Amino acid sequence: MNADAFFALADHLNAELHGAEILFSNLSNESSDFVRLNRNRVRQAGHVGSTALGLTLIEGSRQVEGGCDLSGDPTEDQARARRLLARLRERLAHVPDDPYLSYSAEPSESDHRGDARVPPAAEAIGELIASADEMDLVGIWASGEIAEGLASSIGHRHWHASASFNLDWSGYLEADKAVKSAYSGFDWDPAILRGKLETMREGLHIMSRPARILEPGRYRAYLAPSAVEELMGMLCWSGFDLKSHRTHQTPLLKMVRGERSFDPRIGIHEAHDRGLAPRFTPEGFPTPPRVALVEGGRFAGCLVDARSGKEYGEPVNAASDAPGSLGLDAGTLDAAEVPGQLDTGLWIGNLWYCNWSDPNDCRVTGMTRFGTYWVESGEIVAPVKVMRFDDSLYHLLGDRLEGLTRERELLLSAETYDGRSTDSALLPGLLVSGIDLTL
Amino acid sequence: MQHLCDIADLFLSRAPACDYWTLRLVEEEHDHLEVRQGVVEPSRLTYSSGAMVTLVKDGGIGYGATSDLSAAGLRAAAERAAGWARVHARLGLFEAGIYPRSSTRADYRTPIEEPWSTLPIGEKLDILQAANDALAIDDRIVDWSAWLARRRVSQLLITSDGGRVSQVLDYVHPGLVAVANEGSQTQRRHGGGSDGSQQGGLERIVAVRLLEDAPRVAEEALALLGAPECPADTRDLVLLPSQMVLQIHESIGHPLELDRILGDERNYAGTSFVTPGMFGRYRYGSELLNVTFDPTVPMELVSGVADDEGAPAVREYLIRRGILERPLGGSLSQARAGLPGTANTRASSWDRPPIDRMGNINLEPGEGGLTDLIAQVERGVLMDTNRSWSIDDSRNKFQFGCELGRLIEDGELKGLVRNPGYRGISASFWRSLDGVGGPESLEIRGVCNCGKGEPNQSVYVGHATPPCLFRDVAVFGGGE
Repeated sequence: MNADAFFALADHLNAELHGAEILFSNLSNESSDFVRLNRNRVRQAGHVGSTALGLTLIEGSRQVEGGCDLSGDPTEDQARARRLLARLRERLAHVPDDPYLSYSAEPSESDHRGDARVPPAAEAIGELIASADEMDLVGIWASGEIAEGLASSIGHRHWHASASFNLDWSGYLEADKAVKSAYSGFDWDPAILRGKLETMREGLHIMSRPARILEPGRYRAYLAPSAVEELMGMLCWSGFDLKSHRTHQTPLLKMVRGERSFDPRIGIHEAHDRGLAPRFTPEGFPTPPRVALVEGGRFAGCLVDARSGKEYGEPVNAASDAPGSLGLDAGTLDAAEVPGQLDTGLWIGNLWYCNWSDPNDCRVTGMTRFGTYWVESGEIVAPVKVMRFDDSLYHLLGDRLEGLTRERELLLSAETYDGRSTDSALLPGLLVSGIDLTL
Repeated sequence: MQHLCDIADLFLSRAPACDYWTLRLVEEEHDHLEVRQGVVEPSRLTYSSGAMVTLVKDGGIGYGATSDLSAAGLRAAAERAAGWARVHARLGLFEAGIYPRSSTRADYRTPIEEPWSTLPIGEKLDILQAANDALAIDDRIVDWSAWLARRRVSQLLITSDGGRVSQVLDYVHPGLVAVANEGSQTQRRHGGGSDGSQQGGLERIVAVRLLEDAPRVAEEALALLGAPECPADTRDLVLLPSQMVLQIHESIGHPLELDRILGDERNYAGTSFVTPGMFGRYRYGSELLNVTFDPTVPMELVSGVADDEGAPAVREYLIRRGILERPLGGSLSQARAGLPGTANTRASSWDRPPIDRMGNINLEPGEGGLTDLIAQVERGVLMDTNRSWSIDDSRNKFQFGCELGRLIEDGELKGLVRNPGYRGISASFWRSLDGVGGPESLEIRGVCNCGKGEPNQSVYVGHATPPCLFRDVAVFGGGE
């Protein structure tokens, strides 16, 4: 569904409103090719076309929410949307006033349509399989257009559309000896893909050496940006949202209370202005370019969605309570100097399956996975059998942090649970004096 | 369902020319009601409908999914599927000829005692308000909530071989949470059915004692604030069904998935320490370990008559007397691996293709009750309600955390401990199984957010289990 069709549908619904009713219409539209690969061959391939409409019907201080899938046929979609509106109206009569109802009463407009050079998926897959000849490659290609729309009876009209590709894959040597890579963006360049495959081949060559089995204990370590992304992902889980802070559920509770802090070099922010995700909330609020979350290692601010903002009296600065465009400030460590600075210890390419071990102390557990090596005297000497870590971020981002790299990587999420994600993170690598391995 | 049958008939009248096709039509209805801190949250009423067409054509396999259920929409989806079948024919991992064909004809509908619509929304909200009142017992309860959600999934699968499987699954999910805080210590406790999902209607509210459970949930959250940390050492471990569910899920269910063993999931969900040569001989656990794939248990989350490829659902032993017997693999995976399997190829919705998933994976009961298990422990800890889970990509090295622990000394339960956790290795952990509760202690539960697959899919998975006793497990508590 394109912007004109969506706004026409919204206008049709707005014309159906009774009395003082207010309607917010949200659209999520996706046209995606998904190609699943195993052993450098196509395992499962297909196309998904989906269009989901979300409605919020408001009258006075009462509100109800609803949603339905759309077909793309204007007549059929009007009928589906009208049926949903009727059901919401019927329900609205039975719900009480909502003291936390919050929406923008100021009409606003925006239109973002990203430029892209995304190849036909079949063509890209053919290039990939040919370039990765003789590799045991496994992963997923996802590409196509995604769009988000917002229209309201107040006068909001927003559209955010882009086409993109996201190739997320691993190269395997044997068992769990593997190296991971990703190539995603808006402008496809086969030369970049070939370069990444060449880097992967070099990593797999190192993987062919006998694996080092480590005993539990504390080890010096470098965490590459992809590994840092997993740790940041944990902080994004209730770490920064206002409700979790006001109800003492944030894993940063001790930081908020002034009992603990990160290293002064740690600065974490939400970069709404990165341009990958929409700049409007479902309730019509614009988002600021940037929200500081941690500054100088100390708590700086929260993400505030419309509902929490009304409940706790704070201005809205985010569409949801979890960061979608996280940034971690760069440091001064030259990436080329990392092996020498690490000297002897673990080079962790990726972490996996992190979860809270004790949220009160910001303690996280998880596994090493993909591209994790043992380094001696600044030289990678062997891959490492997967190990479990269990450690507090107050240590890894605090008293055991030795440095952050000057270079940062922009990592685009490959997640597709609720459609293709627009989340991203801009992250440096971390050098730490110790990470606790437990199993 | 009649609406889906009409669409299916329309598709049948203009079926695509190919070697084999399936059409899977899915409609979903969701309704979510919640009262938090005495305030009614915005209710959400959502409807989803769409179709997936899968074609075997010209030596390849492809799929097309669409929310356009008109004749033209389905035709366009079939054309997309044909396009991908051509790519698969050139670059596919396996021959299209092994794709399973189904002529199964079967129907299933959740037996419901009290349909969702029989209770007006106002009365549902009254129940949730009453639960809120019962949770707010102390100023240290800093957040609390009660919810009631309904989900209906109607699915019709038809095939070019005459298969026609209709299934309507109904769920009502009640739940409670209380959050207690004092200083820098916060503890959460869930209850009221929040981790014990089953199929059913509004009768689930009474079955899970939604209202009656609220005081216990709040009192335990408060009690945990002042409890000592769980000790960090090696001791015996009694797991209640509320944690056994995750233990079975992560360290038996996932490693037995045949698509993991075949390598499909290595880039995302992971591989498995289980290899094809282990089936029929590998000792997975002690003699007490009996695990089944059982789609026949009444009201369990994934009970039904067939999977999403149309394979008839049949109960099978996965592990018997500790010996590994068969993997969790649907018909396609069975053909690829040359192994027996189960009817467990499932998709999360119309917009995702079917892959190997757990169905109902159950640990069969032994003898005695929870008291009998505790009586066998000289020095141990009991753990209740999962709150954290993590396991390596081969499904071996795991770590779990629970909401509540209780010490066991000389065969008796003692005081609470907070932040209890334990870690181990799947390949050895199940061999330390030394007690399995009997049928009277069996609980039918499940997981509603099992994630896997590329593109990602989240599905319901059923687990029925009694409490179990494990010897000499590494346990720990909170703190930096």
